[in-house]
Formats: sequence, C-alpha cells, structure tokens
Amino acid sequence: MRPTAPVLLSATLLIAATGLTACSSGSGDDPDTVRISFKQSTDNQIRVMDKYLASMKTQFEKDHPGKKVKLVPIKAPDSEYYTKLQQMLRSPKTAPDLVYEDTFLINSDITSGYLKPLDSYLAKWPDWNQFIDTAKNAAKAQDGKTYGVPDGTDTRGLWYDKGIFAKAGIKTPWQPKTWDDVLDTARTIKKKVPSVTPLNVYTGKPGGEQSAMQGFEMLLYGTGSGTADPLYDSSSDKWITAGKPFKDALNFVKTVYGEKLGPDVSDALDPNIGTRVRGELLPKSKLAINLDGSWLPQDWLKGSGHEWPEWSQRLGLAHMPTQNGQAPGKVSMSGGWTWSVPSKASNPDLAFEFIKTMQTKANAQKWYIANSGIAVRKDVAADPAYVKAQPGIKFFTDLVASTHYRPAYPAYPKVSTAIQEAMESVTTGDSSVEKAASTYDEQLKTATDGKVITK
Amino acid sequence: MKVGRGGARRPLTRALPLAPSLVLLLLFLAGPIAYCAYIAFTDLQLTGQAHSSFVGFDNFTAAFKDDAFLNAVWLTLVFTVLSSLIGQNTLGLALAALMQRASKTVRTVTGAVVICAWVLPEVVAGFLLYAFFRREGTLNAILDWLHLPTQNWLFTLPILAVSFANVWRGTAFSMLVYSAALGEIPKEITEAAEMDGAGGWRRMWHITLPMIRRSIGTNLMLNTLQTLSVFGLIWVMTRGGPGNRSQTLPLFMYEQAFQKSMIGYGTAVALLLLVVGSLFSLVYMRLLRSEA
Repeated sequence: MRPTAPVLLSATLLIAATGLTACSSGSGDDPDTVRISFKQSTDNQIRVMDKYLASMKTQFEKDHPGKKVKLVPIKAPDSEYYTKLQQMLRSPKTAPDLVYEDTFLINSDITSGYLKPLDSYLAKWPDWNQFIDTAKNAAKAQDGKTYGVPDGTDTRGLWYDKGIFAKAGIKTPWQPKTWDDVLDTARTIKKKVPSVTPLNVYTGKPGGEQSAMQGFEMLLYGTGSGTADPLYDSSSDKWITAGKPFKDALNFVKTVYGEKLGPDVSDALDPNIGTRVRGELLPKSKLAINLDGSWLPQDWLKGSGHEWPEWSQRLGLAHMPTQNGQAPGKVSMSGGWTWSVPSKASNPDLAFEFIKTMQTKANAQKWYIANSGIAVRKDVAADPAYVKAQPGIKFFTDLVASTHYRPAYPAYPKVSTAIQEAMESVTTGDSSVEKAASTYDEQLKTATDGKVITK
Repeated sequence: MKVGRGGARRPLTRALPLAPSLVLLLLFLAGPIAYCAYIAFTDLQLTGQAHSSFVGFDNFTAAFKDDAFLNAVWLTLVFTVLSSLIGQNTLGLALAALMQRASKTVRTVTGAVVICAWVLPEVVAGFLLYAFFRREGTLNAILDWLHLPTQNWLFTLPILAVSFANVWRGTAFSMLVYSAALGEIPKEITEAAEMDGAGGWRRMWHITLPMIRRSIGTNLMLNTLQTLSVFGLIWVMTRGGPGNRSQTLPLFMYEQAFQKSMIGYGTAVALLLLVVGSLFSLVYMRLLRSEA
C-alpha cells in the first residue's frame, strides 16, 4: 500500500466521524414569504399542530395580500428537535422567520444570540396585556427583555384508569395523600390485575426533558417545604447538589422499576415511550396510573388520529401528592412553548404579524382547545366556552395557582441531562442511589462551571 | 520516497488538468477537516454561549478523565474486535471457502442472500435487527417455540446484539474480497498438495492462508475502519443504551456534540476516534509489510 494511503484513510474516517451535522434546505431571502418552523409529531396520525397552522396560514395570506407563509415542519422526538433547530438558527441561510421554542431551552438560545428581543413589537401590541404575568415571564431573559410569545402553558398530574381500579377493588375517585399512597396503590394493582402496568413514571435519557420534568421534578418539587426551589438557589445564584430530597426522588424511581411497578425497563427506556403511552397503553387499558401532562387529550380529540372520546369516562385525574403529604399537598410543574423570532430571520416584521394572527382571542382559544393547552390569556381563561370545551381543563387550570417553574437558565438543559442520567442508572440498576447522586454532583459541577452549593 | 524517473523535469502544465479536482479536494475535504481540528481546541457550544474561546488541550484532557469516554473506547474496541476482526472477517472467509466447493445454485443463492444484507441501508438493517432482537421479536419467537428461555437481548446483551448486527450486515464485503482472492489461487498448487496427502485443514493453513495474506490485510483494514465509524445501526437498535452499555465512540461523540450541545468536546472525541483508526491501520500495515 502506498504511504499516502493511511493519510487518505484517516481523512475518510474523520469525515465519516464528523459528517453528522444535519443540513436544512432553502434560504429565507424572499421578502414576501415568512418561513415557520415547528415540531411535528413522530406519530403520523397526530396532526393537531399541522392542521392549526395550515388554517392560520390561510387566514394570514387572506389578510395580507401578496404575502406567503411557508411551513417548515421538523419531525423528530423532542431532544432531536432542539438540536435540529439550533443548527438551523446558527446561519442566516437556514434560520426560519419564526420558531417554536420550548421555554426550558429558550434562555440557552437567547444567550447564544439566536433570538431577537420582541419588546418593541410587544409595546405596540394591545393584546399583550391579556397575558398573565407568569406567562409573560416565561420567555423573559436575564437581560430583562422578552424573546417569545407563549401559546399556552401546561400543568401535570396523575391520570388513572377507573376500569383497572375497579378490578383491583380500589375506590374512585382516587386521591393519594403521599408518595407511599401512590406506591401502595401500584402494588395493589400489580397483585390484583397482573396483566397491566401499574404505574408509569418517565425516566432516563431516551425520554429527554419528558423524563426530567414529568418524571423526576414532579417528585423533587414535592419534597421539603414546597417553597424553595430544590434545584437552584436564587439567593446565591448557584445550583444545588444532590441532597436528601434528590436522593429520595431517585429512590422513588428505583422503587418503581426495582419492584416492577413500572413498564418493563426496556420499554421505559424506549425513546418513543411517550407516544406509546398516549396512543396505546392508556386507550387499551394496559396502564393503571400515569404521571403525565395536561396535554394528553390532544391525541384523543376528534380528527386527531387516535380518537378516544370516552377517555373522560374511563380516566380519572388526581393531584400528584407531596412526599409526606406536607403543605400545600400537591405538586405540579409548568412550562410551555413560545413563538420566537430568530435573530437571523430575514422577515422579522412579517413573523410578528403572524404571531398576532395566531394570538387573536378567537385563534388562541381555538389553539388551547385543539392542543389541550392551558390558557395564558385572561380573556380566554374567563370564557365559559373554553372551560367547558374539554373535561379536565378545569382540573389542570386550577393547578396553575400552585405550580412550579424550572430554573430555566442556560445551564438547565445540561442539568436536565444529568438528572436523566441519574434516573437511568437507578432504573437499570446499574448504580445505587448514592452512586447516581454523586455522579450527578460531578456532572452538575461541569455543567455549571462549578457554581454549585450544598444544602 | 523515490521520485519517478524524469518526474522532476515534467513541465508544470501537465498537472493542469488535475487542478479542478485539487481545488475541490481542498475545498470540500481539507477545509472541513481543518475546521474540525480547529473546533476541537475551542469550547464551542451549540447553544447557551455567546462567544467561544480557544481552550488548548482542555477537551482532550477532559476526555481522558471522563469515565463515559473511557467506557466508550472500551466498547468500541469490543465492538470492533467482535464484529469486524472475528465476525465479518472469519465468517466471510468461511463462506467464501465453502462457496468455492458448492454447486452453482447454492453459490448463487447464498451470494444473493448475503449481499442483500450488505446492500440494505444501515438504518434499514438496524430496524430489521431491532425487530429480530426485541422482546416480542423473531429471535424470542424461535426460542419460545423451542421451549428455550427468552429475554430482551437489546437490554441484557446490547453490545453483543449490535456486534451480531454488524456481522450480519458486513460479512458480504469480506466474502466478496475472499472469493476473489481464493479464485486467484492456481488449481495446480492445491491439487499438488492434495496428491501429497494434505487434508482440508492443512491445505487451508499452509497453502491458502499464506497465499491470500495481502487480501486478509486489506480486508481487515477496510472492515475495521468501517466498523469503527458505525453509527446508524447502533443508534437505531439501542441508542447506545441501556445506560451506556452499547455506547461506542461515534455515539458518545454525537451525544456530547448534539445532545449536550458541546460541539468542541464532541469534535475532540472525533479526532481521538481518528487516532484509534490510525492505530489499527498502522498495525495492519506492519503486518502486511513484514509478510510481503
């Protein structure tokens, strides 16, 4: 072999190894076209957002003659959606004019300079006063500027199957008072109805933020007094290392999977577990209790692909209790998504016009109902048509009063990954709670540049 | 390196037709590589950072202190040795040897089946083997039918499952290389050995293998390099999980760069993967040279 061969081979290998960057097509040079990126469901039958945006597109093009809307869906699981989006936002060639951002990542993207402050637009937009204050803060960065318009929020709780509860001889309506109540009910179900999965708690890296938020944080924020943030200490601006509350929450996860109260570990660590829970396990009565978000019914509404109108008769709703039943007795986490304008967008003005179209009272209400969102506009929340539109809306809207928000600072996405890894290692049984907690501490230090505090 | 006779005296204009391809190579090959090498020495992130800065060898020292990185290096070696050195290579040779003797029909059918696996896109092959190994999959259905215990292979033995998948997919290449090499061996030599009373194994060991040494070397090198960069197959089957139990270097790199947003660190890992590949290449080149 020629001496140049290893060089060539090495070069080929390097390209193979580094050529993983995804590309996106098209550029936004046309001043009359607004390009909109959003997350498309990985379940082909779920087209709630596609349909909503298509109708907004028609309305917008009618109201703005000569202007065009181009929808650029990104079809990916959550964690890959962010990656793809960030790659698009890096370059003016690929940056769309309007993007759908999860509030958990928005500060990170703001710090990167990917997004444009919207204050000058918001000041001239009377509807902004209709938004509740917590929602206005959802996309407010540490610099005090606002970078996104929220299209609703969400809350979380326990969904349970009344049919399975009846078979197990458990009285409904069911409202556990402590973590132990939840586990005991799951154990009873495991014994009396062995053919079903008693309790689902999202876990591990494949589930991404779903594991951290619907899973771990719903537990962690239910420890202690319920007033201080257990992840971030705002008085010292430092992240809190894994103390007893953290270990207790890990222990809960360990118990669920160790005692086989949860889905089979290999199913729990399947990246599509969320889609399966909504599309298969719950509708087919294979899952008794599910710790999940308020948006579940969007998959079961008419025309959504998995129509299941009788869900409200078959499923019950309960608050997630605090660890020992201490005040306030219930836990919920909230987040939500916002519409933001990339700093490299070519038509920012037109993009904000599109936000305005989506956020008229009538359109916002239509969207909350279509995606089972929780209203962040006062006028919608007060509208009886919204409250009555869907069973469960009142339950979840009432949770807004006592809900928690994540410390959505730029380091949060990495902290979240560290949480997912800690969960995964106790779920698989690869490490003990102590070991997982100390690994978390290590990763927390790296992720936050050593800005940690022990409490 | 010796310069070809009269090479220095050739007019430069003779190289002119090469210019376009040289420019393309510099632009699309050398350019991105140089850029990657540069990024590996910065703390560039996908998000959460306004400006990146030069950090010297920090990414590399961090890698060697990172248990997950060392785990990935170990798994990469296991994966490469199992699936490439042992699996694809030996199985390919065995198939090629058997096919030499088989009837034409058997040869055509076997060839077609094996090559089918090779022609399939990596991701499709990944899904097929995922369906084979998963809990409700084909393998367990067969085991169940034979009244043998079943298990979730992707969960209990992930690195073995993905190694098997790579063997399944990549053996065709070795088989083709060895079929060609075996076909080159003159019939008289084998026949002479047979006359002298050498059995099948002895003929293989003393005649066939020494005569196809060069093919073995080339095949090992190409197989290894291809296996080192396998990504789609493992990603589809296990995503490197459960835990990190099938996370080879390419998957580790992807996780660092695109899931944890640390592009700089991920690129540094890519460069280290390149080093692993070069080491393997060097070893094979040595083998080839001493035996030639």
